[in-house]
Amino acid sequence: MEHNATTLSTHEHYDPVGAKLGMWLFIFTEMLLFGALFIVYSVYRYRHPVEFHLANQELNVTIGFINTVILLISSATVAMSITAMQKGNKKLTMIFLLITLLLAVVFLINKYFEWGAKIHHGIYPGSEFLLSLSHGDILFFGLYFFMTGLHAIHIIVGMVILIWVFVRVKQGRVNINRYALLENGGLYWHLVDLIWIFLFPLFYLIH
Amino acid sequence: MSGTTTTQRMPSYLEYKGRFKGLAGWLLSTDHKRIALLYLYSQITFFLAGVVMGIFMKIELMAPGQQIMGPATYNALFTVHGLTMIFLFIIPGLAASFGNFFLPIMIGAKDVAFPKLNLFSWYLFMGGAIIVLIGIFTGDGPPDTGWTFYAPYSLKTNTNVVLTVFGAFVLGFSSVLTGLNFIVTIHQMRAPGMGFFRMPLFIWAMYGTSWIQLLATPVVGITFIMVIFDRVMGIGFFDPAKGGDPILFQHLFWIYSHPAVYIMILPAMGAITEIITTFSNRVVFGYKAIAMSSLAIAFVGYLVWGHHMFTSGMSDTARLVFSLLTFLVAIPSAIKVFNWSATMYKGSIDLQPPFWWAMAFLFVFMIGGLTGLVLGSVATDVHVHDTMFVVAHFHYIVFGGAGLAFFAALHYWFPKMWGKMYNKKVANIGLLILFIGFNTLYFPMFILGIMGMPRRYYDYLPEFATPNLISTVGSWILALGLIIVIVNLLRAKKAPPEIIDNPWNGRTLEWKIQSPPTLENFEEIPVIDHGPYDLIKE
Ligand code: HEM
Ligand SMILES: [Cu+2]
Repeated sequence: MEHNATTLSTHEHYDPVGAKLGMWLFIFTEMLLFGALFIVYSVYRYRHPVEFHLANQELNVTIGFINTVILLISSATVAMSITAMQKGNKKLTMIFLLITLLLAVVFLINKYFEWGAKIHHGIYPGSEFLLSLSHGDILFFGLYFFMTGLHAIHIIVGMVILIWVFVRVKQGRVNINRYALLENGGLYWHLVDLIWIFLFPLFYLIH
Repeated sequence: MSGTTTTQRMPSYLEYKGRFKGLAGWLLSTDHKRIALLYLYSQITFFLAGVVMGIFMKIELMAPGQQIMGPATYNALFTVHGLTMIFLFIIPGLAASFGNFFLPIMIGAKDVAFPKLNLFSWYLFMGGAIIVLIGIFTGDGPPDTGWTFYAPYSLKTNTNVVLTVFGAFVLGFSSVLTGLNFIVTIHQMRAPGMGFFRMPLFIWAMYGTSWIQLLATPVVGITFIMVIFDRVMGIGFFDPAKGGDPILFQHLFWIYSHPAVYIMILPAMGAITEIITTFSNRVVFGYKAIAMSSLAIAFVGYLVWGHHMFTSGMSDTARLVFSLLTFLVAIPSAIKVFNWSATMYKGSIDLQPPFWWAMAFLFVFMIGGLTGLVLGSVATDVHVHDTMFVVAHFHYIVFGGAGLAFFAALHYWFPKMWGKMYNKKVANIGLLILFIGFNTLYFPMFILGIMGMPRRYYDYLPEFATPNLISTVGSWILALGLIIVIVNLLRAKKAPPEIIDNPWNGRTLEWKIQSPPTLENFEEIPVIDHGPYDLIKE
């Protein structure tokens, strides 16, 4: 659906500033989406300080920390792919994009094992064991699965975007003269990273 | 007439033949004008469906006792009526239809910033609508929670809440993308010379609206998803049995849904401003005040959601603060009303149908606004909360305000969109009947509310009988008016085209191009060297 009926004669409109403005606005809405969840988290933490405190310690800080580092590095590699594009180095751009995608996969694998361990211990939303615990625990783990799950979905969406960008770079449609798409992909990936930077302390660190 | 442009006529956006023919030429077109019509037709269809449901409810309420349906059906009906009217008709509202059509034209652009995204938004809108419809007709029946989906009932009812809520989420997504598209369009695509303060006031209203869409919708979106997970996975965010807090749901819901009222009404106010200015043949009074009041409404509108929860359990301090802020947010709305009046003062007013619609709007909007103050002050709200008074108030605002403005805009821009003129006399008669019907339908509800009749019940005590009967008769009068208005417009659409590029002596850019506009709107991007409403001899 590149050109269609009524835009056929319109000259292809390219406005990198507008495209980036659009992306920033979208990122803004994503932050509000998570912002509402942070409010819910704060309210329930305020109401159940002791249970949240104890439940916090159940989480595996090491895995959380490793995943934080992975995402930080991936943010850097995405930034490097943009720099590479600005220098006109298509091959390097693609390599950095691939590394980023690889790191994302590692993140998800870690997440899988982390969640798996919890579920193995009978801790998952609606599980009998969880429901036998206190209200604070139910809410903490409910929020934990919901928020990290939503974040994981964002990782997957980010990966789809980056794969698409990768294809466009490969085709030469994204090139040194027009790479707003690459920048936008990078921006989205930074967002995914940023959200994790908030999730990590909230669930793993605050004691 | 705008003289020069009429000499050479180009094929209009309606006639233009692109790569896709027939229906596909519409369903795959990224032309903002065709997308606008897609929205317009779908919205009006949903509106009419909602009206039919409203009329059935009124028949049930014609007399005490059961008439045509039992309590369960009535509960489902007001829920689906509310959902349809709110999410499928009036939230996309004037923004999706007239905004899409005229925003690019009024700022001198050929299209919106992201035409494909624009089409995608419409598909999301229809997708959301279809999901809601599936939710209504499958599973264990249509939701009966009211359009507000209050927990914990929305977690407990056996009806098909999950699908409906998910549909509403998708609709919200569509709304966000439209808002985003419009903001970028306004920032990036204005014609040379058109500074922010040379934009028509409809555009300012659209700008405020778009920001609200962006800022408020994600909150309710995620809240709906939480309800889904509460139901499907039993998480318990809002379930008191698991420590969740239903009041928190109400907060999150109204943090969006109060600003949503402004998503509905701001574009309406923008269109009314255009209409009043055009037909008064004067420069609008207080341009900057109107522009800024749109933004003020957008931002103060965020801080008043608590007025829906005066009886839900909040501290007295919170209630008083919310009450105070509610009174403050009335100021920018009042500014607009005063500016409209001042614009008409000493104008040479041309009494055309769109102007009459605007006057009808003004009349009912004022009643709606003033009764809003009754609900905004804690002491009186506690008395009328959840009564028919509230139902009357929001129909006066949402239907009388945004709904009538929708039709005002339709009559104002109809000749531009289709290059044809409707029968003005019939239009006026239809409006008059509709207006009488409207007030007969809803005004008795104020009285019923003060007498103490609660909302959301299929039955009532015998002492409420007379006003209810009057109100039901009003709904039939209103329906008659509506039929006349719509048939009149449909007939005009079938008539042969005329050359009416500027039938109202409008001064904004859309009146300087041919009717219906060409695919590109402007063969040459105009250069702007004066304010939008300046009276210039041509
Ligand atoms: C002929 C037109 C209409 C009629 C006869 C009508 C009638 C009604 C009635 C009888 C109720 C239920 C009152 C109750 O028992 O609580 C209702 C509720 C409602 N109406 Fe309308 N209405 C009409 C148009 C509209 C329009 C145009 C809108 C919005 C744009 C609208 C929005 C609503 C909403 C949001 C509710 C509340 C639903 C709930 O309680 O969850 N209505 N209407
Ligand atoms: Cu409100």
